[in-house]
Amino acid sequence: MPEPATSLPTVVIAGGEVLDAGGRRRADVLVEAGVVTAVGTVDGRRGATVLDAGGCVVTPGLVDLHAHLRQPGREEAETVESGTRAAVLGGYTAVCAMPNTTPPIDSVSVVRDVLELAHGALCEVRPVGAITVGRAGERLAPLAEMAELGVTMFTDDGDGVQDNGLMRRALEYARPLGVTLAQHCEDDSLSLGGSMHEGEWSSRLGIPGQPPEAEEVMVMRDIALCRMTGSPVHFQHLSTAVSVDLVRRAKAEGLAVTCEATTHHLTLTHESCGTYDPVFKVNPPLRTDADVAAVRAGLADGTVDAVATDHAPHTPESKDLPFEEAPPGMLGLETALAIMVTELDLPLERVLDLMSWRPARLARISGRHGGPTCVGGPANLCVIDPGATWTVSGLDLASRSRNTPYQGWKLTGRVRHTLCGGEPVVVDAEAQR
Amino acid sequence: MKHLVTVDQLGADGVAELMTLTDRFVEVGRRAIPKVPALRGKTIATAFFESSTRTRLSFEAAAKRLSADTMSFTAAGSSLSKGESIRDTVETVCAMGVDLLVVRHASAGVPDQVSRWVDVSVVNAGDGWHEHPTQGLLDAYTLLQARHGSAGDSPSLAGLRIGIVGDVKHSRVARSDLAAFTALGAEVTLVAPPTLLPPSLAGWPAEVTHDLDAVLEKLDVVALLRIQQERMIEALVPSFREYTTRYGLTPERLARLGDDVIVMHPGPVNRGIELAADAMDRPGTVITRQVANGVAVRMAVLYLLIGSGVDLA
Repeated sequence: MPEPATSLPTVVIAGGEVLDAGGRRRADVLVEAGVVTAVGTVDGRRGATVLDAGGCVVTPGLVDLHAHLRQPGREEAETVESGTRAAVLGGYTAVCAMPNTTPPIDSVSVVRDVLELAHGALCEVRPVGAITVGRAGERLAPLAEMAELGVTMFTDDGDGVQDNGLMRRALEYARPLGVTLAQHCEDDSLSLGGSMHEGEWSSRLGIPGQPPEAEEVMVMRDIALCRMTGSPVHFQHLSTAVSVDLVRRAKAEGLAVTCEATTHHLTLTHESCGTYDPVFKVNPPLRTDADVAAVRAGLADGTVDAVATDHAPHTPESKDLPFEEAPPGMLGLETALAIMVTELDLPLERVLDLMSWRPARLARISGRHGGPTCVGGPANLCVIDPGATWTVSGLDLASRSRNTPYQGWKLTGRVRHTLCGGEPVVVDAEAQR
Repeated sequence: MKHLVTVDQLGADGVAELMTLTDRFVEVGRRAIPKVPALRGKTIATAFFESSTRTRLSFEAAAKRLSADTMSFTAAGSSLSKGESIRDTVETVCAMGVDLLVVRHASAGVPDQVSRWVDVSVVNAGDGWHEHPTQGLLDAYTLLQARHGSAGDSPSLAGLRIGIVGDVKHSRVARSDLAAFTALGAEVTLVAPPTLLPPSLAGWPAEVTHDLDAVLEKLDVVALLRIQQERMIEALVPSFREYTTRYGLTPERLARLGDDVIVMHPGPVNRGIELAADAMDRPGTVITRQVANGVAVRMAVLYLLIGSGVDLA
């Protein structure tokens, strides 16, 4: 959260169209001391900061279920500060910070460290805890102790929990805690560390691949364990047609499963790896046209609950390595909304449902984020200019890293202003600190 | 053309032209002084990030016979062991005034990446499982020579039935052989167990079989690939013994081959595993010719990329 500011300004968001789960209406929004105090026609307020929203849509801020802020341990690639600056420029007011840091977020003390860092952040940072100690997949991490500090989601992201029995115990143990266990689905004995999707392109390029089944068998297993334990399971970054269908059927059965898809799995395929540029190396890997179509179909029919970024900064030198040696991951926070608006044929309401309203519920922060814009509500807001066009350049991004797969793409839709806890952290597409 | 990273970059016409050009360097090799001034004043560097003896020596011999100056970089004992990156290493080597860089690396794609990092010509001397274009070209030349004496003005392998046998999946030689052989009109069959074939063969101009005995008598050429111990550890084949039983050119299978059937292998040969030991002396076995032609083909490649039309006389 931003500092409970001693000097939060009075802000008028003037001339925009307010859009939330309740629909669209023309309205100004008045924000005082971090709280929305009027929605409608707001006359001039003396001393107020007026943010022009003419031609823009005023929405609840976005919520990312899946970001790597790299702190502690990999500050050369990203920090909580730089990562949240990227986030607010992309319209996010809350991000879930994955635990594969150094040290990993697997104990009370590291949760406290990240919460401390989050005090100076530009938006709310939700630390996500590891399921197992050291993310090593061997012993259960202190889930209840971390939950007492407010951690509501746990994952060993970067790795799947390989041991079936351990995952069962984790789900059973977590059931009374009011938390969600999330899974990076990858069976290591099938993926064997493959650097891209196993198929036509990996065969041609001579790059070791990982088959879609490496993801799918773990989705199958966790659906079975969800059925067995009654504990909710969230599937992270689903990338294959079969995975999406498995979740569709599990939902039809009434199981407590949810899932997210990333913007890159909705827009890019394994063909991108054809130039051996490691910027296109990501895990799970970019897959086939048919998989992209299936994940999109999952968005359309509600199987996919949320669009996440899996924002994964890596320094330029680490992406200058051979494809097989470079670390997987790509940036996403600053481009996700514009990619969704530009590349997917969805009404803005649906995009926001997937990027704000539903992920806020999944992260269990819907009291502060993703809710309707109404009097008394928190001022976590985003002002989007849906018609603005811009060209992506890694050098212009606020992230410490540059590994965007969308370099040179011309996108439509840009975040003009972002208010976080009432503080205007982005004004006219410029970060204010 | 500036770089040679894959055989396909040459196109079918380019492969044919290179074969014809190779004839001239084979002729140079037969001279009392097998050296021409074609690349005098040029500098060729070899950067081998994966160990190799024959390929590096072959490139260096080719460069020297063209009168180029040579520099050699090998990973062992180099600045790489001090933590220098490949990118910094090749940029440093090229800053010393290099016209062409020969690159080998254990990871696929590195020559592609290097060609984007530096201004000089790049020749792929083998990248992971991907390609080894000069090997594919020298194998194609060796077949032309075995069949027709030389490449000639319109080189062709049309009608030739070639079996590429063994670990296709992990073989850069297989990928480059397939491209070079089919560019010259040959028909190729890949022969391997499913575990040693690439996961997808979509777009590969080849037939596939898992049964060597079913196709052996139909082949004009048996091109063997090397099998590595690692493949047993990965459970891709149970044992060398079983591999030999199913896919080795055993004395029994050799006896079924006609005398004019060509047997080739990129080396180093696992004698008694891929190929029966006494096959080396068989008239149709061209393994040493492959090595000899390697120098001539690489001279042709270097000349094609950085030669400036200097007379070869």
